[in-house]
Amino acid sequence: MSTREIISSGNELSAIAAVDAGCRFFGGYPITPSSEVMHTISDLLPEVGGACIQMEDEIAGIAAAIGAGMSGVRTMTATSGPGISLKAENLGLAQMAEVPLVVVNVMRGGPSTGLPTRVSQGDVAQAKNPSHGDYKSITVCAGTLAECYTETVRAFNLADRFMQPVFVLLDETLGHMHGKAMLPTVEEVAAGIVPRKSFGGSAEEYHPYGVAQDEAAVLNPMFQGYRYHFTGLHHDKNGFPTEEIETCRKLIDRLFRKVDEHTDEIELNEEYMLEDAEILLIGYGSAALAIKEAVNVLRAEGIKVGMFRPITLWPSPEKRMHDLGQKFDKVLTVELNMGQYLEEVQRCMGRLDIEKLIKVNGRPFSPADIIQKVKEL
Amino acid sequence: MAFNYDSYLRLEKMPTLWCWGCGDGIVLKSFIRAIEKLGWAKDDVCVVSGIGCSGRFSSYVDFNTVHTTHGRTVAFATGVKLANPDKHVICVAGDGDALAIGGNHTIHGCRRNIDITLIIIQNFIYGLTNSQTSPTTPQGMWTVSQKAGNIDPTFDGCALAIAAGASFVGRENVTAPKKLEKLFVDAMTHRGFSYVEALSNCHINLGRKNKMANAMENLDWIDSITISKAKYDKLSPEEQLNLLPTGILKQDTKAREYCDMYQEIINVHQGKRGVITQNDFEKKI
Repeated sequence: MSTREIISSGNELSAIAAVDAGCRFFGGYPITPSSEVMHTISDLLPEVGGACIQMEDEIAGIAAAIGAGMSGVRTMTATSGPGISLKAENLGLAQMAEVPLVVVNVMRGGPSTGLPTRVSQGDVAQAKNPSHGDYKSITVCAGTLAECYTETVRAFNLADRFMQPVFVLLDETLGHMHGKAMLPTVEEVAAGIVPRKSFGGSAEEYHPYGVAQDEAAVLNPMFQGYRYHFTGLHHDKNGFPTEEIETCRKLIDRLFRKVDEHTDEIELNEEYMLEDAEILLIGYGSAALAIKEAVNVLRAEGIKVGMFRPITLWPSPEKRMHDLGQKFDKVLTVELNMGQYLEEVQRCMGRLDIEKLIKVNGRPFSPADIIQKVKEL
Repeated sequence: MAFNYDSYLRLEKMPTLWCWGCGDGIVLKSFIRAIEKLGWAKDDVCVVSGIGCSGRFSSYVDFNTVHTTHGRTVAFATGVKLANPDKHVICVAGDGDALAIGGNHTIHGCRRNIDITLIIIQNFIYGLTNSQTSPTTPQGMWTVSQKAGNIDPTFDGCALAIAAGASFVGRENVTAPKKLEKLFVDAMTHRGFSYVEALSNCHINLGRKNKMANAMENLDWIDSITISKAKYDKLSPEEQLNLLPTGILKQDTKAREYCDMYQEIINVHQGKRGVITQNDFEKKI
């Protein structure tokens, strides 16, 4: 992989990545700590003939983005937790109608208005089920500055592959962190773009939602001779509302199976010094920066610790976490929330004796917090 | 020869879910005749609807169609239009849809003056959910959520649209389908945000409990509260009080359209012109 060096912030890198990945539309609304994503992309999109629009509210921001996505354009919105709460209904529409979309959530302290300028990982559970009903979320979580770029690129490809919204979780620390990032070249990113599938046959033979039970809808761009229908209602193979019993069952079943049966294309983890480790630390996002530093310090002191970092949070790496749960007696999760992913770790490992280190005061972890906790185990 | 609607309809979706005698069908037919008159290719048209009886409009017409969430019609359409400025985007919404839950999007669609035609099928009530008060329900009428009589003041959607900056505003009545068709043609021809109210009957959910239980009685009432703008303008404020003017209520052909203005943003970023300043605009505040 050839690389290039960029000095930037996480929020800016996410915006740059979007445009490099072929995003040509952004609909958004100002909110701390994500606004710099919009600030950056509002300059970049018109340069390449795309469009960025600041809408009247969070709901309209995602609605405009989905509208552009329905028409066939790679599209994005960015916000923070309160914005996701407002966007929830339209996220459900995008899940149901299978409209690809990247949603960046730069997490801040919650609930409610919470701690607008402070870090948190409190939206991890929300990302799994932000809207009502049954559907399968895909959520990636950047843990480094470079990943603010690479995970945004990956999110666009996943969105088009699985035809649904994909969350990119950043947090206030990463979003506002300035530093050097080693990135793939623009050419490399362009070469890796996986465009959404389209149908080239006759309009009569086109059934956008009439696909195999483990596959995503095939939604041709608008205005090209395939006049179908988008709806948030249960729908048939051509997108039209229906209450036919078997069609309704199969639709929801497919929304799950299109993800569940292809998790190998979605899962991504980092394993750091796990080979000979005796204590397993699990964390993600900016918390993992402190975890990694703590692992290095503890290792220098002769304490054998290692880190498992899911980069794709949803669907979770069930099998890998299950295996790790068999291997390690001592497991510690480290999260800037009350233990939202801890519950998933418990589920995957099939055990409740997982230690947790939490912080919910808007401040990031210091490696010293983690070192102290590990020594207490 | 009678007009043939079939090529614009998704015939397999017929009959509609609209009640017998509902005015929505007149709006649908007037809209189709207007599109035919404009000669627009079906592939170049996108129809976006919200939730309610009007929400089903999009599924009946053979265009690129989108059925969105309640009230968000204009916001979705804004994304479709800005990403495809050379295509025709039409919203169809109800009065509860566009003026209550979606009021904010309606206001800002008007303000941006983006080239979308918003058709509001205004029947003074929440029809699909069975008779709840809408922002346009006249005070004193019975609704299921205010059985003692509605006390909520009403919205004049057209006045709102004019104030919010829509460059085309019109209102017509389903008892005058030819005029409605003409209004649709004018609205869709106009470059900018066009706000059009089609006053329609809901004798089932408005009329039944308000002494107009059949379609004709409900339509007669609509006729009795509407008057052409030319005649309306000659009336005293007292005489205007209980009348709604019909026809084109505003048309500003000089107002700049949003996609055209966004092209200027693109031109700035592509080095084709300097940044946009206050000197680019007549109105400075």
